[in-house]
Amino acid sequence: MPSDRPLLSLRAVFLRQFLRHGRSIMTSPADVANPLLFFFMVITLFPLGLGPDPARLATLSPGILWVVALLASLMVSAKLFASDFEDGSLEQLALAPYPLAVTALAEVSAHWLATGFLLTLVSPLFGVMLGLPDEGLLTLLVSLLLGTICLTLIGALGSALTINIRRGGLLLSLLIIPLNVPVLIFGTTAVREAVLGGNPESWLALLGALALGSLVIAPLAIGAALRVSLDS
Amino acid sequence: MAPVGALLRAVRRYNTSMWTFIHKLGSPPWFFGFSGSLVRWLLPITVTLLLVGAIWGLLVAPPDFRQGNSYRIIYIHVPAAVVALAGYYVMAFAGAVSLIWRIRMADVTMRAAAPVGAILTAIALVTGAIWGKPTWGTWWVWDARITSMLILLFLYLGVVALFEAYENKTAAARACAVLSLVGTVNIPIIYKSVDWWYSLHQPASIKFTGESAIDASMLYPLLLMIVAFYCLFVLALLLNMRAELVWTHRESGWLKQLVGDT
Repeated sequence: MPSDRPLLSLRAVFLRQFLRHGRSIMTSPADVANPLLFFFMVITLFPLGLGPDPARLATLSPGILWVVALLASLMVSAKLFASDFEDGSLEQLALAPYPLAVTALAEVSAHWLATGFLLTLVSPLFGVMLGLPDEGLLTLLVSLLLGTICLTLIGALGSALTINIRRGGLLLSLLIIPLNVPVLIFGTTAVREAVLGGNPESWLALLGALALGSLVIAPLAIGAALRVSLDS
Repeated sequence: MAPVGALLRAVRRYNTSMWTFIHKLGSPPWFFGFSGSLVRWLLPITVTLLLVGAIWGLLVAPPDFRQGNSYRIIYIHVPAAVVALAGYYVMAFAGAVSLIWRIRMADVTMRAAAPVGAILTAIALVTGAIWGKPTWGTWWVWDARITSMLILLFLYLGVVALFEAYENKTAAARACAVLSLVGTVNIPIIYKSVDWWYSLHQPASIKFTGESAIDASMLYPLLLMIVAFYCLFVLALLLNMRAELVWTHRESGWLKQLVGDT
């Protein structure tokens, strides 16, 4: 039976879904803290494994920081749609008269604020700990800000594709890592350029282009993938 | 006005026959018969091309001025790499067709193309490593093009693994179609990577515009081998698809009838 209630505008739908998901994230602060702790602990492993030589750590630090950020995003993206899938609200969203791409994008945005964005904010701290020269800190911040948008969207796509698969975790990394490679290359190259006194702007521009491109393409793919997962 | 009318009729007739052909391709029994006759033609052609290209490239073509005979692995390495990249487009295009029009044969095409492409990519990587040892003095270099071929291998393996992970094969095909379409976005970056992160690997030798860096006596067998590998890809794809069809339709009447007939 068709409902008498008028349809909401897409903007209102996005906002409501964003707030709903944001509130559910707030109820479990551990889920917000865990990726940051993971980031911190894996960063700690590198000086232990590579030796404490500050000069060597400084040259390796752009790559280390970026790789660990990628791993952290990989770790959290597995759970992105999990709770919504298990309690059936994803099914309700798919039945709702609104494009799944918009509602999924709202969830991914809330998720990014709680994970990728926070990780970006604390990254200069870890950069300093690894001896990243000061010239690289701002570029690290900007590159991670743009890069985590791509990482989160690609991770969400992988999560949407594997949500209905038992033991999908390893499969998720196989699906996501190749797609993340350009992001990693642009991000680390930007930071390295900045450290060496070069001009990181072109690499940051490429990262920005990737972020905007994935903001356009990824929600459609995520919506389609969620429908596949719900149908299977 | 008579010629115009005749032209329009001809166009319409051509149009209908083309669409009939495309619709027929979507029917498993028809495709099975059609691909059977195609394979009968393609098999001798592929074998001949491969033999002629291999003998020409390995025995007749002159040795390289600097690399001697070791360069001859180019006749396997380059065709495998070229066709491996093209194979991804075949897979992604079939995936798009399957997503948009829900044609089962497109699913079968996509599913059959993934392992063939993965094997070709692996061949390109292994021959590249073998070639790298005498030329660069090392088996593996983290060079842009080698790395992007490795990523291509991961992309192929991801599609294969995702398909295997789903129990519902219709959903599996749609999930793989989404994944391979997204992966397609990466392929231009893989191509562009040659220009962006150029390092040890030599730049592409065959240029269709301007002077080619490779001599004609070495180029012709190489082009022949590339054509041969394309034929090999299509042949492997068709055989793979036929095997898949036999398996999924093992209970169908048309297949039993076909088997009973021969």
